[in-house]
Amino acid sequence: MYDFAYHKPTTVADAVKILSADPEARPISGGQTLLPALKHRLNKPTAVVDLSGIAELKGIRREGDRLVIGALAKHGEVANSPEVKAAIPALAQMASTIGDTQVRNRGTIGGSVSNNDPAADYPAAVLGLDATVVTDKRRIAADDFFQGMFTTALEPGELLVAIEFPIPEKAGYAKMRNPASRYVMAGVFVARTKSGTRVVVNGAGPGVFRQAEMETALAANWSADAVAGVKQSPDGLNGDIHGSAEYRAHLVTVMAKRAVANAG
Amino acid sequence: MPQVTLTVNGASHTVEVEGRTLLVELLREKLRLTGTHVGCDTSQCGACVVHVNGDSVKSCTLLALQADGAEITTIEGLAKPDGTLHPMQEAFREYHALQCGFCTPGMVMSAIDLVQKHPQGLSEKEIREGLEGNLCRCTGYHNIVKAIAAAQDVMHGRRAELAPAAE
Ligand SMILES: Cc1cc2nc3c(=O)[nH]c(=O)nc-3n(C[C@H](O)[C@H](O)[C@H](O)COP(=O)(O)OP(=O)(O)OC[C@H]3O[C@@H](n4cnc5c(N)ncnc54)[C@H](O)[C@@H]3O)c2cc1C
Repeated sequence: MYDFAYHKPTTVADAVKILSADPEARPISGGQTLLPALKHRLNKPTAVVDLSGIAELKGIRREGDRLVIGALAKHGEVANSPEVKAAIPALAQMASTIGDTQVRNRGTIGGSVSNNDPAADYPAAVLGLDATVVTDKRRIAADDFFQGMFTTALEPGELLVAIEFPIPEKAGYAKMRNPASRYVMAGVFVARTKSGTRVVVNGAGPGVFRQAEMETALAANWSADAVAGVKQSPDGLNGDIHGSAEYRAHLVTVMAKRAVANAG
Repeated sequence: MPQVTLTVNGASHTVEVEGRTLLVELLREKLRLTGTHVGCDTSQCGACVVHVNGDSVKSCTLLALQADGAEITTIEGLAKPDGTLHPMQEAFREYHALQCGFCTPGMVMSAIDLVQKHPQGLSEKEIREGLEGNLCRCTGYHNIVKAIAAAQDVMHGRRAELAPAAE
């Protein structure tokens, strides 16, 4: 790793001030993605801005028909939170399967969603539940937030503050893990929400995406059988040594069936 | 140079570090606590697991400065001053839960966190799943799982002494 300066501000305003004064400075939350990347010298920040001391980014709370999760909520906290388990059990269940215990003790929802790894879990729930990403400047609908591989609507220096999840009627998630890396090869998140039925695919393509045909099928008939007949096209999906695009496309239908079964 | 103050195995230390210094580097190179190992250095293998404020974390994936003010426990901090082993260490010995021993410090630290967070007890399957973040390249998992299953009974007070391993 190249050396860098270290800052630990205690307010969002101070963090944003440091980040906007130095375009080469990077925020760090759990560091479970950033530190491995820095070890590979994939980027060379002049400074890291540790967000962990900022109270405004913490906490999980129910606000009416929404669940608000602060950016610093660790995967382990989300997995074990009574509020999350009661309101959106599929989200708690998803969090409990991210990485391993030690990763879940450090990694945060804000870091994962800002990073938008195509094989990450949380983006599927954020898009599948029609959540709103709250930053220090604005509110961004999930449909506008994810913009493909490692790319989001966040501007340089903009901080993810919280995610607001509307509480769904039903939601479920299923994924096939790569047996070595344990990252998702293809996963599907399904939800019946006030804004409609949503089906989101992660891991299989260059970023999370909605599966429109499956949404239509499930809206008409909420059952595993309804999605069983919908085939995902392999066009544009990832193909690599771990699995071809055709294999991933096949998995999408299988995972969709399981996700509906998990949602109940 | 920035300074970090932390408590390691009950003793307070103030150490000068660089921004990029990892917690594991501070432990091994500055405090000479070399029981914590560096295996893969890519956040995968778990040889470097220590407890930070009671949670197991990979100390190769935490800046020393991120641990400022924290309470750290390493493998060196488990045995009593008179040398009596922690029940988990004793179980690893009794059940021969190691071959080369390189992964052992991390295994023991992860296992203690796992058992402490599950006072209701863990099944064999839960123990195996709970070890997802620790790799043993001798593939010695079988005895490791048996050791953890035995140690949890002692740690939770369900048995006064460790159940002996079968001959
Ligand atoms: C062994 C291992 C296994 C893993 N397995 C999985 C898995 O199965 N599924 C999965 O989804 N993930 C997995 N991960 C990734 C893990 O979930 C990370 O914790 C997560 O992707 C990043 O969260 P973080 O808090 O550690 O972010 P950091 O590493 O601190 O930051 C990640 C990026 O986001 C930026 N950032 C951080 N916080 C903010 C913020 N509030 N606002 C704006 N930008 C921000 C940083 O600058 C950086 O670019 C794994 C990681 C490891 C090491």
